[in-house]
Amino acid sequence: MILEVKALTRHFGGVRALDGVDFHLDRGELVGIIGPNGSGKTTLFNVVTGIYRPDHGTVALEGEGIAGWPPHEITRRGIVRTFQNIRLFRDLTVMDNVRVAHHPHVKYPLVSALCRTPAFYREERQVRKEVESFLEIFSLQDRRKELARNLPYGDQRKLEIARALASRPKILLLDEPAAGMNPSEVGKLMEFILRIRERFSLTVMLIEHQMRLVMGICERLIVMDFGQVIARGLPSEIQRDPRVVEAYLGEEVPHEFGP
Amino acid sequence: METLKNIGKALFPFAVIAGGMAALTGRDLLNPYWVQIFQLACVVAVSALGLNLIYGFTGLFSLGHAAFFGVGAYTSALVMKMYVGAYGDEAFLPSQAAFLGSLAAGGGAAALLACLVGLPTLRLTSDYLGIATLGFGVIMKVLFDNADSVLPQLGGARGMTGIVKMTSVPWVALFLVAAVIIVRNLVHSSYGRALISIREDEIAASTMGIDTFRYKVLGFTAGCAFAGVAGGLYAHLYTFLHPSNFDFFKSFDVLMIVVLGGLGNMSGTLVASFGWIFLLEGLRVALPPEYIELRWVAIPLLLIATMLLRPQGLFGFREFPFLRSKVYR
Repeated sequence: MILEVKALTRHFGGVRALDGVDFHLDRGELVGIIGPNGSGKTTLFNVVTGIYRPDHGTVALEGEGIAGWPPHEITRRGIVRTFQNIRLFRDLTVMDNVRVAHHPHVKYPLVSALCRTPAFYREERQVRKEVESFLEIFSLQDRRKELARNLPYGDQRKLEIARALASRPKILLLDEPAAGMNPSEVGKLMEFILRIRERFSLTVMLIEHQMRLVMGICERLIVMDFGQVIARGLPSEIQRDPRVVEAYLGEEVPHEFGP
Repeated sequence: METLKNIGKALFPFAVIAGGMAALTGRDLLNPYWVQIFQLACVVAVSALGLNLIYGFTGLFSLGHAAFFGVGAYTSALVMKMYVGAYGDEAFLPSQAAFLGSLAAGGGAAALLACLVGLPTLRLTSDYLGIATLGFGVIMKVLFDNADSVLPQLGGARGMTGIVKMTSVPWVALFLVAAVIIVRNLVHSSYGRALISIREDEIAASTMGIDTFRYKVLGFTAGCAFAGVAGGLYAHLYTFLHPSNFDFFKSFDVLMIVVLGGLGNMSGTLVASFGWIFLLEGLRVALPPEYIELRWVAIPLLLIATMLLRPQGLFGFREFPFLRSKVYR
């Protein structure tokens, strides 16, 4: 078990965005979270990655409690995410976007950067090489000098994942990676997610509305509604679960209203 | 090897500026008045580079830059006055060393106050820093106005007099070159990318493992230290300090220079600083005396025109070749 979340709760005023969420991730798993809009999926990501503090509950990464830690500490421990509404550094080049992710691992001190000592040059050259080979995996190497804002939408999604992976995480959280993609792009994305999981030996958790992607690659599903986990299991089980159908489609209409 | 080459590259522009100005004045091609204006432009450029680091690169909106400039000016002037009072300013080398020390004290005092203002407010979003620095500017103006009741040497509302003239062309050239190199080297390093990523998207930066609070404090403090050093140079250039030189409106002057030159653009800041100062002084010569206040119409018009025609600033994303990063191009 790499990540264990217990009784996670977060209120916003009177709204219980998360209401006692429990789940765990095993090493190397690919788990999907589904649920209607406003069911707390993104809030869950925000609490796990430290953007919001939880009101109650625990988050344990490899046995270490990280609930309420600041986001940068959680990233350094190995949980990294992408955002539903792509958050790239828009005025930086593709290369610099990825290079920012190296910062937690930077070895030369600030003085060394200001004086441009040999240590600075050595590390910067090495980082450039790493980033270039990294961009090749994502076939973004030809666009490395372009500003992130000028990339086509699909490449922006890819770049965001590339940037996340460059910080060398153990767990990757993807928030609606297929949003706005057409069916053939979704197909490519599915392959891509499986490939990077293999290559970087990742544990992946993703929020997604496109059932084709969720049912196609997720090994396990967690269904949320009103801030609670209402069902969990294999994709084939979830599809037939009456509680899930109810959450998505509403209760069955009593017969007296029928013809 | 690279280090030696870099030292050479840094000394070269310094020698060109200092030597060039000496040659021009030596042959009477430039009268002392314009030399002084040139020095002022260098001082303003150092201060504006500091604000560009704060607002242009780190994305923190500060409205109190002139107050930090003033803190540096008064601190440096006071330190130098104490030195002169104790040892006199006759001996060349010791007095120059003392001047350097007083500039460091000015920069340090500004940085210390920036830390005190920044630590509580930088945990919030950037808007709060704008309000806090605005308030800080007003408070400092009141303090400068009444400083003589604590330390009579500071002069209060009557202004501080009797400052030794220490600032010279080599000094301003040295600090301008140093400021440019520091900002350039910072911006093109991993630390600079951390600052810029905060400007671009603070939440994304924090989820990329960057301690955003720490780097906001770093960027703000460093930028204010620039203002403090520039203030010290200013004090020993005009040898007279008045609180009205450091009020809220002066903060706007620097802000306008930075915005005109382009946020996050070093070349633009340099050109805009010199353009701004020389335009103000040039119009003073060009306009007939009774119309001299029209300068304050010309400048806003220029600002409006720039914002309409080049909202990204004079240079946009382009930089002078010596300001580009060769490490990763």
